[in-house]
Amino acid sequence: MYSEKVMDHFSNPRNVGEIENASGTGMVGNPACGDIMKLTIKIEEGVITDVKFKTFGCGAAIATSSMVTELVKGKGLDEAEQISNQSVADALDGLPPVKMHCSNLAADALHAAIEDYRKKELEK
Amino acid sequence: MKKIYFDHNATTPVIEDVFEAMVPYLKEQWGNPSSIHWAGRGTKKAVEDAREQVCGLLGCTPIELIFTSSGTEGDNHAIKGLAYARKDKGNHIITTKVEHPAVLNTCKHLAKDGFEITYLDVDKEGLLDLEALKNAITPKTILISVMYANNETGVVFPINEIGEIAKERGVTFHTDAVQAAGKTPIDLKTLNVDLMTISGHKLYGPKGVAALYARRGVRLIPLIHGGHHERNRRGGTENVAGIVGFGKAAEIAMRDMDAELAHLASLRDRLEKGMKERIDHIHVNGSPDKRLANTSNISFEFVEGESLLLNLDMKGIAASSGSACTSGSLEPSHVLVSMGMSHELSHGSVRFSLGRSNTIEEIDYLIDIMPPIVERMRSMSPLYAGAK
Repeated sequence: MYSEKVMDHFSNPRNVGEIENASGTGMVGNPACGDIMKLTIKIEEGVITDVKFKTFGCGAAIATSSMVTELVKGKGLDEAEQISNQSVADALDGLPPVKMHCSNLAADALHAAIEDYRKKELEK
Repeated sequence: MKKIYFDHNATTPVIEDVFEAMVPYLKEQWGNPSSIHWAGRGTKKAVEDAREQVCGLLGCTPIELIFTSSGTEGDNHAIKGLAYARKDKGNHIITTKVEHPAVLNTCKHLAKDGFEITYLDVDKEGLLDLEALKNAITPKTILISVMYANNETGVVFPINEIGEIAKERGVTFHTDAVQAAGKTPIDLKTLNVDLMTISGHKLYGPKGVAALYARRGVRLIPLIHGGHHERNRRGGTENVAGIVGFGKAAEIAMRDMDAELAHLASLRDRLEKGMKERIDHIHVNGSPDKRLANTSNISFEFVEGESLLLNLDMKGIAASSGSACTSGSLEPSHVLVSMGMSHELSHGSVRFSLGRSNTIEEIDYLIDIMPPIVERMRSMSPLYAGAK
């Protein structure tokens, strides 16, 4: 039911972990749905130089988390904000329809992390 | 890679003797059992012989057994058939929150058609409160439908006691025994059960064949109207080869019952002991002593069931999960949630359901590969941080 790319990212997830003193943290999902994603990003001069994730969830949840970290590394903030849940799913050669809504939250986690960073910047 | 099957509550492989028994009815014995000529006589006898074999497993008489196409059909037939036959007497049906969807969604359908449904709670071990059942019965109650054994946890309900209560109050009692048949001794001669559903493919028979027991004198409106098949109770030319296979499977289940149950219980206990010794933060779900011998439902904290299943599948192991992600819905197992389990923990449950071909070596392989899988998934889980 999953594409080869999904299974690849599920079996060998990229960038697992948490960045200490992250520039921004995004946490989305809830236990009732069975998916929780935590994304931490490091931003230097407007560019995402490092990103890590931790995810509680199904195969699709883990694969989308892993994929979004690959998509976003080295990107500027404006460009990163263009990444959508759909583009993450597309990069994985698609997800089963039932997973599109429940387990496709990685871009949301990314946007939450960027928002967190921007809020912190304003407070500085 | 060796393939190991721990999902026997989903379905079972057809065993060799069953297959061999079916073959003639897919080749030279192709006649219609309703025909009076030479082509039909042999198949008619084969169907009736199979009926005797299935009755042997349940302890009922042949005229009380209706062959159907699936357990789902049997549940629909029993519940709708009884509800519509007795709607003049009342419109109230009692069932439980942990039934199979074949029962729950049939009741939900009847609720739209003017019937009132009471869904009984279970406690954290998955057990029913019989006082609550007694209190739920009203003069309008026409049917109690309680499963014999739960498909997810293997918890066995007190069918004898429920039957006594139903009989005393003049209420018809249906039990979905799809998971119980072949996995626990059943004797309808001593049980106050009026209607019972069982299915062939859960006991090493083929798919597409099942049976509904309807006690003599219990009137049902047919679900499938048609010819005079099954004594006018279920239209449709008989699935002869399937019925023959089902009969053979029932005969073997009865013959091997004692040895099989001892084998399954020892494997199940070894599995649970091994898991508990090697993995922390796990819970075995369901009443420890009122359970089928073959079913082990385990929750692994901080991880999600489908990702565990994918990891197991990569190692050749087939199991199933109470996670929403494996059922195509957004909700985790209604059974585990009804037992008061948190959503996280329900999502992290895996069901291992064992069968006759499983071995100690297979259990030991599972116990060896499971700890690193759980450890890896936990190391990726944001819920695990600090839980150690």
